[in-house]
Amino acid sequence: MENLVPHFIELIRRSSTDLPADMETALRRAREQEDPTSAAQSTLDVILENVRLSRERSTPICQDTGTPIFYIYYPAGWSTLALKQQIRTAVAEATARSYLRPNSVDTLTGKNPGNNLGDDFPSFHFEEWEEDYLKVDLMLKGGGCENVGAQYSLPDTRLGANRDLEGVRRAVLDAVQQAQGMGCAPAVIGVAVGGDRGASYIKSKEQFYRPLDDTNPDPKLAALEGRLTREANTLGIGPMGFGGKTTVLSVKIDSLERLPASYFVTASYMCWADRRRTLIYRNGQVTIE
Amino acid sequence: MTSIDLHIPISEEQIRSLHVGDQVRLYGVVITARDAAHKYIEDTFMHASAIPDSEQAVHEELKRLWAGGVMYHCGPVVSRDAAGRWRFVSAGPTTSIREEPYEADVIHHFGLRAVIGKGGMGPKTLAACREYGAVYLHAVGGAATLIADSVQEVLTVFKKDELGVPEAFWVVRVDGFPAVVTMDAHGQSLHEKVFEASKQRLAELV
Ligand code: SF4
Repeated sequence: MENLVPHFIELIRRSSTDLPADMETALRRAREQEDPTSAAQSTLDVILENVRLSRERSTPICQDTGTPIFYIYYPAGWSTLALKQQIRTAVAEATARSYLRPNSVDTLTGKNPGNNLGDDFPSFHFEEWEEDYLKVDLMLKGGGCENVGAQYSLPDTRLGANRDLEGVRRAVLDAVQQAQGMGCAPAVIGVAVGGDRGASYIKSKEQFYRPLDDTNPDPKLAALEGRLTREANTLGIGPMGFGGKTTVLSVKIDSLERLPASYFVTASYMCWADRRRTLIYRNGQVTIE
Repeated sequence: MTSIDLHIPISEEQIRSLHVGDQVRLYGVVITARDAAHKYIEDTFMHASAIPDSEQAVHEELKRLWAGGVMYHCGPVVSRDAAGRWRFVSAGPTTSIREEPYEADVIHHFGLRAVIGKGGMGPKTLAACREYGAVYLHAVGGAATLIADSVQEVLTVFKKDELGVPEAFWVVRVDGFPAVVTMDAHGQSLHEKVFEASKQRLAELV
């Protein structure tokens, strides 16, 4: 296999220092909507200025460079072992170059190896596909926003939430209200309905790879995504929880099969520093989007 | 954007004129302190019957710089150039609520006028802000590059070897550090207000 390590380092650098255009556009649009003298608008100004400086200087947008989560789609015949090895090498090197903060800590001993490598760190998902090229999606998932994610088991009597889309709506709005600004709002909310608890959390985070302005192919979910975005923004939580019109930038929902006994709704929270990039390797050519 | 410039040391009068939601820019000397620093202050300066000789100098310096001064809840990433000068590479705020047990005493002891952090603090700190004339300032979480940029100079550091780099007392000069008043000296907390208002709105929506 060809040595792709330098390209993986670049993928990490771009993810950490260069906020994707769809996020920046959404933040800019939000800024226009906020009251000109409000703390909400000045906070979005600070965020946008920070995004600009980080890109210009190639420094991390946020000091918490999060959990690097890699989704790797590969054609038949590739070695996932070799890919994993190369990406781990790239992660250690990107840490040495300060694109990533040494962020992985042994849970029991508290020891930090200093290179972001552990048995389960970073996080990998491999999927063979029918395309003839390699695609690597990377997301850097911050800790503060991870802490405010929530899972509900419906029915939930406190919320009057039953096992239907109205119940999903109630659960997601509750999660956004509970989070306040603590996950560094404004946020993207990834929602999964169904699954077991673990699969539901994974699916909810996979929503963050979707382009912000895409349309859900399921018309019912598309309608609910729009409604939840509008309604969450009437909660008045605002950027960093200072109050304002922008609490969430987008809500993305998907469902997965469940057991008759269970009905989980999982809401994962992604902060304004929604760092994700994609590497494509096709015919010996690498592009990073 | 209308923001209020705060030059450190800050007068009690100016602090009492601030209200939740006000946007401020800080100029002057700020000192970082997080978990280990708070424990050190509590053990060495507050609970000890007498401050040990070895710690007198640090105590005097902190008393001088924090009178009318500003504490920042931050564990910075620092670098040192060839000439031995320290520089803040990344300096975003850390979550403040962990210092809630100590902060009221610390504000009183040193005469702090402002504490910067993120996430807000609890009722004990809010009461201390009112009693002694102080505010809680919320920095923008995640804006690491921009905040490090407003740190013009690292003047000195206390207890670096004992507490470690992120936990030490870093004395820095800031120039236009942006923050929002979320707890004022009038007993108001923006965090409580926003929480209550959003809770009511949620009840209407579901
Ligand atoms: S929640 Fe996001 S923006 Fe906030 S500190 Fe964590 S990674 Fe940074």
